[in-house]
Amino acid sequence: MEQSILPQIKKAAKKSLKARDNELAETNKQLEILNGGVFADGELPYFKDKIAEIGQFPLRPNKLEILQINVGYMCNQVCEHCHVDAGPDRKEIMTRETMELCLEVIRNTGAHTLDLTGGAPEMNPNFRWFVEEAAKAGIQDFIVRSNLTIIRANKKYYDLPEFFKKHNVHVVSSMPHYTRGKTDKQRGDGVFDKSIKALQELNAVGYGMPESELRLDLVYNPSGAFLPGDQMAMERDFKKALDEDFGIQFHNLFAITNLPISRFLDYLIASDNYEDYMYALVEAYNPAAVSNVMCTNTISVSWDGWLYDCDFNQMLELKVASKVKHIKDYNEDLLNDRNIVISQHCYGCTAGAGSSCQGTVA
Amino acid sequence: MALKAISNQKTQNKMANSYYDPADLRKFGKITEWSEDLGNKFFDYYGKVFEEGALSAREKSLIALAVAHVVKCPYCIDAYTKDGLQRGITKEEMMEAVHAGAAIESGATLVHGVQMMNKYNKLSM
Repeated sequence: MEQSILPQIKKAAKKSLKARDNELAETNKQLEILNGGVFADGELPYFKDKIAEIGQFPLRPNKLEILQINVGYMCNQVCEHCHVDAGPDRKEIMTRETMELCLEVIRNTGAHTLDLTGGAPEMNPNFRWFVEEAAKAGIQDFIVRSNLTIIRANKKYYDLPEFFKKHNVHVVSSMPHYTRGKTDKQRGDGVFDKSIKALQELNAVGYGMPESELRLDLVYNPSGAFLPGDQMAMERDFKKALDEDFGIQFHNLFAITNLPISRFLDYLIASDNYEDYMYALVEAYNPAAVSNVMCTNTISVSWDGWLYDCDFNQMLELKVASKVKHIKDYNEDLLNDRNIVISQHCYGCTAGAGSSCQGTVA
Repeated sequence: MALKAISNQKTQNKMANSYYDPADLRKFGKITEWSEDLGNKFFDYYGKVFEEGALSAREKSLIALAVAHVVKCPYCIDAYTKDGLQRGITKEEMMEAVHAGAAIESGATLVHGVQMMNKYNKLSM
């Protein structure tokens, strides 16, 4: 009987690709794969050519709406699909000095959403100070992407729900499935039970309740080499199951497509699913999603202050094609006048109803 | 040119070795090339059938999976296993759907046992 994932990947997945000296930890190697193979053979069209068909090449930003800051790649989990290659062994975290530079930008940006991500952002020792300071800027929507288990990982994190509430943080949490088996397979043993407990604690302080202004949204990533289904149908199923089984409430479910980079790319190749997955992404290409892909309204900042079109480009080390490349030189007008850097991973954001950190876009 | 010839040769060999190639599923849409009108009508119908309706698209996906097994179509099994995963359908639900199909199929065989019994009785003194 064929297994859904090779046992050796499963075993190795306790560490980041970087810690394993896996060649895919090198972004050049990943880009070589994404630009070669079925694309170089002409079996599938390059993303550039596909968007040129609808006059969208070069891809240009619309108005900046979301400032997404990655405060570090350190994480308490080592999820198999992680595009950040995050884990406990990753030491790259944002310093207080870089956070100061970010705060300056947050105070002056025209963006209406601030989105903190990681790794597990809460593991950055300056996280709470940064949230407190950033909250003072009064940005309309202040998101923290929390993996949930961090709330139960150590006593020092137990009060996070209260802390989030105090600063009116919008919590966005990953939850691959409403069943234990599928969740633990993707994210590690015991993750499901801890996530359920964390969600119940967030509910207890008011997060996610139907009339509550304390926003709690869940992120669904497929746990394997397939695309996410209809976001609304998934949301309905998640709501029903989590309510019936655990009394858990949440607001919206964002269905996010796994992009073929980093650990998910490693999984696709090792499980012999890479080509099929790229075919599926290209087949599901939706031109209507192109004008709303998240790189058209987002700037992504890395732990060391470099600027990117999105978190995925950050992980591929594809910096913005602008004179302004670092937070210390930040200039929104100059940045908005740029061409967005693309490669074949971008098909992940234009498949089906489209995909972004805020879910579907089309 | 030489490469093309090798590639054709490979295709020929593959055809000679196996009736089913998983990569052929991707080419399903190509049937339209040899009969555009009928092909398009089929795919329009097919697409419409699986939309949300009195039955949810999720329920129809499970029905399709069961039927895929009954008609023993490897392409359909691949397609609707993946479709089920995309819809968040669990493996337990999928296997129950397969059993539902299998039960009808074995029932269809067994109910003919009545015909056998009738014939037996008719021919027997």
